[in-house]
Amino acid sequence: MIWLNILIQGTLIGGFYALFACGLSLMFGVLKVINLAHGDMAVVAGYVAVFLTPHLHIPEIWSFLVVVPIFGLIGYIVQRTLIQKSIDRDPFTTLLVTFGLSVVIENLLLEVYSANGQTVNIGAIGYESWHPGSIFYISYVSLGVLGTAVLVLLILQMFLSRTNTGRLIRAVADDREAAQMSGANYRHIFGIAAAIAFATVALAGIAYGMMTQFAPTSGGVNLLFAFEAVVIGGIGSLWGTLIGGVALGIAQQFGAHFNVGYQILAGNVLFLIVLAIRPQGLFGRKTALS
Amino acid sequence: MTVSNSANELVSLDVRRSNHSEWFTSSGALALIIFLSVAPWIVPAEFAATLMNFYILVIMATMWNLLAGYAGMVSIGQQAFVGLGAYATLYFALKGVNPFVTIPLAAVVCGLLAVPITYLLLRLRGGYFAIATWVVADTALLVIGTIALLGGGTGRSVPGLQNLTPTQTAHYSYLAAWAVALIVVAGTYFLLRSRLGLVLASIRDNEVAARSAGVNVRAARRTIFIVAAAGCGAAGAVLAISQPFIQPSSVFSLQWAAEMLFVSMIGGLGTIEGPIIGAIIFFALQQFLQQDGVWYLIIFGTLAVVIALWQPRGIWGTFRDRFHVDLLPVGYHVRRRSNIVEEVPVVEE
Repeated sequence: MIWLNILIQGTLIGGFYALFACGLSLMFGVLKVINLAHGDMAVVAGYVAVFLTPHLHIPEIWSFLVVVPIFGLIGYIVQRTLIQKSIDRDPFTTLLVTFGLSVVIENLLLEVYSANGQTVNIGAIGYESWHPGSIFYISYVSLGVLGTAVLVLLILQMFLSRTNTGRLIRAVADDREAAQMSGANYRHIFGIAAAIAFATVALAGIAYGMMTQFAPTSGGVNLLFAFEAVVIGGIGSLWGTLIGGVALGIAQQFGAHFNVGYQILAGNVLFLIVLAIRPQGLFGRKTALS
Repeated sequence: MTVSNSANELVSLDVRRSNHSEWFTSSGALALIIFLSVAPWIVPAEFAATLMNFYILVIMATMWNLLAGYAGMVSIGQQAFVGLGAYATLYFALKGVNPFVTIPLAAVVCGLLAVPITYLLLRLRGGYFAIATWVVADTALLVIGTIALLGGGTGRSVPGLQNLTPTQTAHYSYLAAWAVALIVVAGTYFLLRSRLGLVLASIRDNEVAARSAGVNVRAARRTIFIVAAAGCGAAGAVLAISQPFIQPSSVFSLQWAAEMLFVSMIGGLGTIEGPIIGAIIFFALQQFLQQDGVWYLIIFGTLAVVIALWQPRGIWGTFRDRFHVDLLPVGYHVRRRSNIVEEVPVVEE
């Protein structure tokens, strides 16, 4: 029974990792850029939800309705300016620029909001859970986040396969030059992909704040988990990311069962094992390999 | 039928490392080396302590620059080797080895640990390599935190320094940091002038061409990764000696990676002088903004981003391009020798 509980809790947290990671995966798939400030954007969204949306008289639980579109817009603008400029130089520069931004954002948050933990206040439901058995408890928030993750992945999947913009995004991801020759404005497509990535990571950031405390340094840790989920599941596969997130979550719960100190370590070990024996991930193509 | 004199020019070319008198650089460098070797007896103790931290950063940034600027590998996990070096020093010191003797041992340990890591990481490219190095650093931090002998998560102080007076400790640590920095910078200089340096330059200019010319790209990258790990390990060992207490969260801090990256970028990636100049600017800014929390890091990071986007050669690279000055030349200057005027045309079919 204890093992079933590990599976359940791991799956719940895995849903969150997938929600956090899908933007990272999309941006790598389309732009071939790893945004090292991805995690920090989530944390910024959390701070906006806690400190800024109350000024608009919006309850924190509904803050995502405002924050997510705003982050989409920010994503488009950041892509068309900073990230596009670094892509135009070389892939190497995108890493330096996004890592620099990550450190700057983290330390700015530290200066402005201190290192104290914050939570997105959603009232009593945040503490309630469902008890289907004597030793199981399933937090409603975690269940909601897992549901949101599946919903977001479904919408993303439909968007990429059924809409014109989605098809353009996939065309640019597959072969940028060919798409350009057929008349696609790849910079605009890149902007849309970045907008989706920023919007989903803002949603993930607010979800994180509902689940647990966050601080300026939370971005880096979650970027690591998101990255591990992407690599375990397989680079370039959206549903693979969900499976990877769940596998990572289960590995972490498994480690935590033996010693709380082993929680993150077990996830890292799973990641390194996958890297050693199946570097393209469970469902991936060999795109990240040289 | 075309007429060319290329074969003749080959014999009449003058190939040199530097385009100015090397005597100037070497005498200036010698004077500086002598001054910095006796600095702890001349300058105030506080300034000597700052210089020591400066050397540690120069070592790390030089190693990061070797990885990224010369071998094209962006690592944000070099703090793994800083931390492992620091803990190697702690381990050997606990076993009774003189802490100053542990510095080369720490470098060797980190170089050896880097070997299996290269087999995992060098399959990845670009951003995936970068984050995977970070996972490795995070894993190293967590593993060290579980070892009770090394103080677990709370840390421990390095034994073997207690029988020295505080002044002696300060002087010896300074000299150790200075010696390691000198060896690392000089070692990098000679490494880049060697055959490996030429291989790296060929990979940087055109990887596909280098590969087809028979260059083993992965072997070259592996060597550089191991060297950089050893260098960062030595930096970590010096760090462990210079601090009263070592703790996993501080020696494995991501901040080291940030500092290495910013310092190399601002000073000038792909130049030996760059990281040194970047480190001088970093320390100047840090001293100037000491009272204002982490603002120095915010300003420095912003500056690094701006430089990456608009002036990617960094301060030294831009300066060198404009004034054609090279204090530590690793390339060659090729000029036509002026005293040979006789030209024999070569006929090509």
